[in-house]
Amino acid sequence: MEPGAAAAPALLLPLSEAEQQCYAELFARCRPGPAPEAAAGGSGVAELFRASQLPADALHQITELCGAKRVGYFGPAQFYVALKLIAAAQSGLPVQLESIKSELPLPRFVALKNDSEMRYGTPAEIHGAKCQIPHTALDKNSFKRADEGDKLETKSPPMSPIGSPPASPSSYQRVPLSYGYSKSRSGHEQKHGASYESRHSAHQQDESAVGNYGAKSAHGQLSRSLSAEKEPQDSSSNYSDDPWRITEEQRDYYLNQFKTLQPDLNSFISGTVAKNFFTKSKLPIPELSHIWELSDVDCDGALTLAEFCAAFHLIVARKNGYPLPDKLPETLLPDYLQTASLKPIRDCALFDSYSESLPVSQQTRDFNRTELETVCEDPTNSEPLILFDVMTSVIEPKTSIEEVSDKSALIQAANSDDKQALKISTTAKTIPKEFQHLAVKTVAHETNTLKARPRSRSYSSTSIEDAMKKGEEPPTPPPRPQKSHSRASSLDLNKIFQQTTQAVRSGWLPPPPALPPRPFVSQTEQVSEIELHPQMNRVPPQIEESSPTKKEILPTQPPSKPIRRKFRPENQMLENQELSPTISVTSSLPAVKSHHPVQKQSSKQKRAIQTAIRKNKEANAVLARLNSELQQQLKEVHKERIALETQLEQLRPVTVL
Amino acid sequence: MERIALLSPVCSPRLQNYPLYIRSVPTENELKFHYTVHTSLDVVDEKISAMGKALVDQRELYLGLLYPTEDYKVYGYVTNSKVKFVMVVDSSNTALRDNEIRSMFRKLHNSYTDIMCNPFYNPGDCIHSRAFDNMVTSMMMQYVK
Repeated sequence: MEPGAAAAPALLLPLSEAEQQCYAELFARCRPGPAPEAAAGGSGVAELFRASQLPADALHQITELCGAKRVGYFGPAQFYVALKLIAAAQSGLPVQLESIKSELPLPRFVALKNDSEMRYGTPAEIHGAKCQIPHTALDKNSFKRADEGDKLETKSPPMSPIGSPPASPSSYQRVPLSYGYSKSRSGHEQKHGASYESRHSAHQQDESAVGNYGAKSAHGQLSRSLSAEKEPQDSSSNYSDDPWRITEEQRDYYLNQFKTLQPDLNSFISGTVAKNFFTKSKLPIPELSHIWELSDVDCDGALTLAEFCAAFHLIVARKNGYPLPDKLPETLLPDYLQTASLKPIRDCALFDSYSESLPVSQQTRDFNRTELETVCEDPTNSEPLILFDVMTSVIEPKTSIEEVSDKSALIQAANSDDKQALKISTTAKTIPKEFQHLAVKTVAHETNTLKARPRSRSYSSTSIEDAMKKGEEPPTPPPRPQKSHSRASSLDLNKIFQQTTQAVRSGWLPPPPALPPRPFVSQTEQVSEIELHPQMNRVPPQIEESSPTKKEILPTQPPSKPIRRKFRPENQMLENQELSPTISVTSSLPAVKSHHPVQKQSSKQKRAIQTAIRKNKEANAVLARLNSELQQQLKEVHKERIALETQLEQLRPVTVL
Repeated sequence: MERIALLSPVCSPRLQNYPLYIRSVPTENELKFHYTVHTSLDVVDEKISAMGKALVDQRELYLGLLYPTEDYKVYGYVTNSKVKFVMVVDSSNTALRDNEIRSMFRKLHNSYTDIMCNPFYNPGDCIHSRAFDNMVTSMMMQYVK
């Protein structure tokens, strides 16, 4: 308080204790930096001055007098002088340095919060500024509030000046500051309007173990400022002594925010979505991490509506300067929040807001419907809490299964909902929870809750997984139709025919239509022998991997088929021609005639056979070469495979992830 | 005087093996514990590689007594993602049995997975979770007595 004592314009300015505190606070709010000697921010000061509701010229005079104009900034001294001058002006004294030498009441500042709320669009700038001043409370607004019956006592925590004095305009009403007014705390709480950028929060965090009271108003304001809405004042909420309770408006606000992230109120907000959302609040990451830890009760990486409300509430509290608890307060437990949503609200007008949350709770508590009704009738906390404990314990296994079933989930990889749904259906729980938007499951091999979950579930579900996976493996392909054998048989027959045709021509019935006597026609012979040779090649290897060779050959066969077929009629014709002469020979003609055509045919056939043999040999050689090449390729592929397998084995113990 | 665990999950997929979390009770001779943990990492690596293609079963996550040296014993545990937990226990503390150690590791693993569920936690960061701290403290207190 030195600057106060040492006046700036060479004026010794005596300040009473109360004044000192008041000015120090105000100065602290206005100053941009933590340094006590730093100058107060111009804008803050300007606002403050405006809030004093003095005419502009008076303010100008004050600024001149206090020396800020001369010095160029509002140092502590200037600030204090200015404040004193404001007080003087407000009490009707002329704005002169002489007037501030006497004892004056504290300056009054009104309408500050309103301005600040309008101004501050982001929660970052709003601080409920709960200050714990262990010593005498600041009675800055004592006069203003006298009519509220508030004591000028240092013990009583006057709420912010913007509080709900009856005279103040309706905009002030928004602050549910009604609570706490009549309460006299042990003097450690003070609720200052969220008008100033509070640096005190940084200081008071350490001190205040019980930064609770009146925080709700801050939350209320904060929520409203966040939503940039002007809602009607709800002064009915009587949760005055617990900042960790969520008011109706707050709950509505959270609900709306939840909807923007996740339209279905019954399902989850995934981790990444929530992370992005909460990061916007500009809290430091470790704190956000801690908030998450507190609010995600079932540790599944996702937030239900209740968890989301709790997290949001914690964030709001933190932004208002409340230190984060180590343990989630009871009123923020998801059980409690969901209970609260079920209970009939005292204000019927707000009951509608809960119609949305009701289906949430009802859906998740199907089998307790009757008990729900009793709950509704009997608004006590004990019963529902018990109920919901049971239900949460039932819910937990389900969520555990759902999470555990995501063993394979990668970090920050969204899981397919179908997968989840499938696995959940396999576990068939009674509670039909909808997991539409399932969490980003970070490597959650197993999860745990406050109540221990059975770990065996993980294995059961993985076995289900494995079973499913195995079942999905395609059955082995059916064995290939072994045309080769049929061909081979025909081959043999053809060979036989080849041999026999030379020997005995007459009386030899033609082979069945599927196996035309190819040797009779040179062209057909070619074709047939091309077919024969692949078949011959096929037989020796008889390795499974020779199927590629088979495959290659098989395509050659179909083309040859039509050729065969083409020639077949010819063959058949020829056969018929041959046969018919033979038959005719045998049947009707004498041996002479039979010999004649037979001789001709035999010579022709000889030649044809010889050419056919030559060509077949060539084809044979070609195919043999082809075969050997393919065999070599096969061997190489084998080698490669072995090499890769050994590599894999070598690498496996190192890089298994 | 009871001297117990120095717990450190150590992240290994990046092959760097830096500690994510170290805690010891009581806190004297902490440097010695750190050193012990670091040297025991080699043993852990050896055990992992020795398993080869072994099934990754939870039973095998617990590596058991890594080696008894001087006046303390070192226990190891590795998760499926190659995050290692090392516990150093005073040898004079003979009351600690194997299954107790196992249960401690299981609790650690559970808490670790809870941490991983937190989207604000990036794998590889040092662990600052208060819940984890509390769990570790309670566990150590419980078993030291």
